[in-house]
Amino acid sequence: MHLTNEDVQDILHLLDTLPFGEFHLRTESFELHLRRAPDGEWTQATEVLARPQMLPPAPTPAGPTGTGGAGKAGGTTGAGEAGAAQAAGTAEATGAREAVGAAETADTSRTARAEEADGTAGAAPRDGLAEVRSPLPGTFYRAPNPGAPPFVEVGSEVGEHTVVGIIETMKLMNSVSAGIRGTVAEICLADAEFAGQDAVLMRIERD
Amino acid sequence: MLIRRILVANRGEIAARIVRTCDRLGIETVLAASEADLDSVPARLAGSVICIGPARPAASYLSVNAVIAAALAARADAIHPGYGFLAENAGLARACAAAGLIFIGPAAAQLAGAGDKLRARENALAAGLPVVPGGEVCDVGAAHRLAREIGWPVLVKAVGGGGGRGIRQVGDPRDLRPAIERAVAEAGAAFGDPRVYLERFVAPGRHVEVQLLADGDNAIHLGDRDCSVQRRYQKLVEEAPAPRLTARLRAGMHQAAAALGAHMRYRGAGTVEFLVDTRRDAFYFLEMNARIQVEHPVTEAVCGIDIVAEQIWVAEGHPCPAQESVAIAGHAIECRINAEDWTRDFEPSPGTVTAAVFPAGDGIRVDTCVQAGTPVPPFYDPLLAKLIAGGKDRGEALRRLRGALARCEISGVATNLAMHARLVADEEFARGGVDTAWFSRFLAGHTAPAREARAGARSPDG
Repeated sequence: MHLTNEDVQDILHLLDTLPFGEFHLRTESFELHLRRAPDGEWTQATEVLARPQMLPPAPTPAGPTGTGGAGKAGGTTGAGEAGAAQAAGTAEATGAREAVGAAETADTSRTARAEEADGTAGAAPRDGLAEVRSPLPGTFYRAPNPGAPPFVEVGSEVGEHTVVGIIETMKLMNSVSAGIRGTVAEICLADAEFAGQDAVLMRIERD
Repeated sequence: MLIRRILVANRGEIAARIVRTCDRLGIETVLAASEADLDSVPARLAGSVICIGPARPAASYLSVNAVIAAALAARADAIHPGYGFLAENAGLARACAAAGLIFIGPAAAQLAGAGDKLRARENALAAGLPVVPGGEVCDVGAAHRLAREIGWPVLVKAVGGGGGRGIRQVGDPRDLRPAIERAVAEAGAAFGDPRVYLERFVAPGRHVEVQLLADGDNAIHLGDRDCSVQRRYQKLVEEAPAPRLTARLRAGMHQAAAALGAHMRYRGAGTVEFLVDTRRDAFYFLEMNARIQVEHPVTEAVCGIDIVAEQIWVAEGHPCPAQESVAIAGHAIECRINAEDWTRDFEPSPGTVTAAVFPAGDGIRVDTCVQAGTPVPPFYDPLLAKLIAGGKDRGEALRRLRGALARCEISGVATNLAMHARLVADEEFARGGVDTAWFSRFLAGHTAPAREARAGARSPDG
């Protein structure tokens, strides 16, 4: 059982008739803290404590070649999924293109900052290679669109402002610039792989 | 048919909100969650949880196959898709029908008719609605002729776009060719449909929308909402009813929305979006959203109708309420609280919420998916909570909202709470009826470094 907003309002109306400034209720499934703010009005902090009741996963989740006991229905849904997946992947890409121009300056400066924080400006710990790091945790994309050629490959020459990849965080596309002039020596993550904050995306041999 | 168990195929605040209505109606819920959301607040609220795949949306929340398989395994009668993800996916609606499940939303054909922006325009024209001057363009020469006819500047829009995506503004005729070429390439890749169309760019304009509820035979409206406070076509603040509209314009939009619903023989909840040209005191049809919308609580606050409950009721085959039974009273305003740093160009801020204190009291409603300890994963949109304040009139709603924002505290991730506090203290916003260009001016005034100190010194209650 959980409290509704109406339940909380009822409790508040009751509290307003009493000389208390704080109310704490804990059951097996939730915890409610009501507190009077300096302006005389109330704040609430709720915690749902109940553990999720897990069901076993569906026998053949997703998978275009799934055995799908549903026969004909399986086929229909398969087609739907392909469409959805395409729409998803590519919608990300549109945003990406829009973000590339806008975010470039900011990202470049941040890459530079991150590298300075590492120690010697722009230089890197391994083999004298500069590291390009992820500005935010998110999904790493090597190309502006699914199916499009990657921004760079190992061996590509890059300038400071060359976009080398995209990090998607919370549906927002952030372009990542090389931050240094040189040649791409190593690409550390695969396309669509998750990158943690400051994860090394690439290593670049400086000119 | 009676719905006994619903698979909630969504996450975040809307999943929690759907579960609450189902609880009230005595309907069991199963949450379809990705691996990143198995211990989320909605997962704890739902009757049970079924994993539909890895964190990446394409492999979980956007997979028709995974959602249908989960619904069948969980023995659900129906699927509620929420908003975003698969909410307007005709493929899911068709797959539900094939699998003997009820899709809580419009029929597949209606989803397609609203999702294809040109077909939506044609539907609107056929139903007698005014549309923004414009039309489909097949080549650059035709685009130039059309642009001259409707007047510069123009908007190039993707036929398969929506939700603010796939739109670009062109003011200089020389920029039209590259804009169209880019738009066609992008639309083809993003929406699987390379078609684009032109529309006159109306400025200054307001974004006003009408909430529709229909059962296939009857279409009614639940009044209007103003969503003009936007950044890059993403809404930040919404209110109901739209302030400072002439009665003629308001009634015209209500009638137009109901007429479109009737023309489409629409079934379910939907929203008809209009662009209001304040100088000409005229409105134009923009697009139709065939789903529940993020901002639906402001409508619920002023008409007293639970829109999710109505969606379920209509999906069971019952009629929607009579128009005469709907009464709009009072005013409500909603702020979208996002995990983003508004002082750093709205940089997203994933992480873990360490404390979440929300306002409570008369006229206050908070729809949220976070509490102390909730992770905010980087894979999904940044919406943490919606703070809704209602009152007998706009003044009271605004007063309550200012106090409520001041009492709201979220730690652990950056939020736009301070931005909202300044926004609702702004004089122009308080007067009501700002247009879609207002927010960028407001933002420039509050993020310019020289003015930062002065703006920061101002009390949010001021």
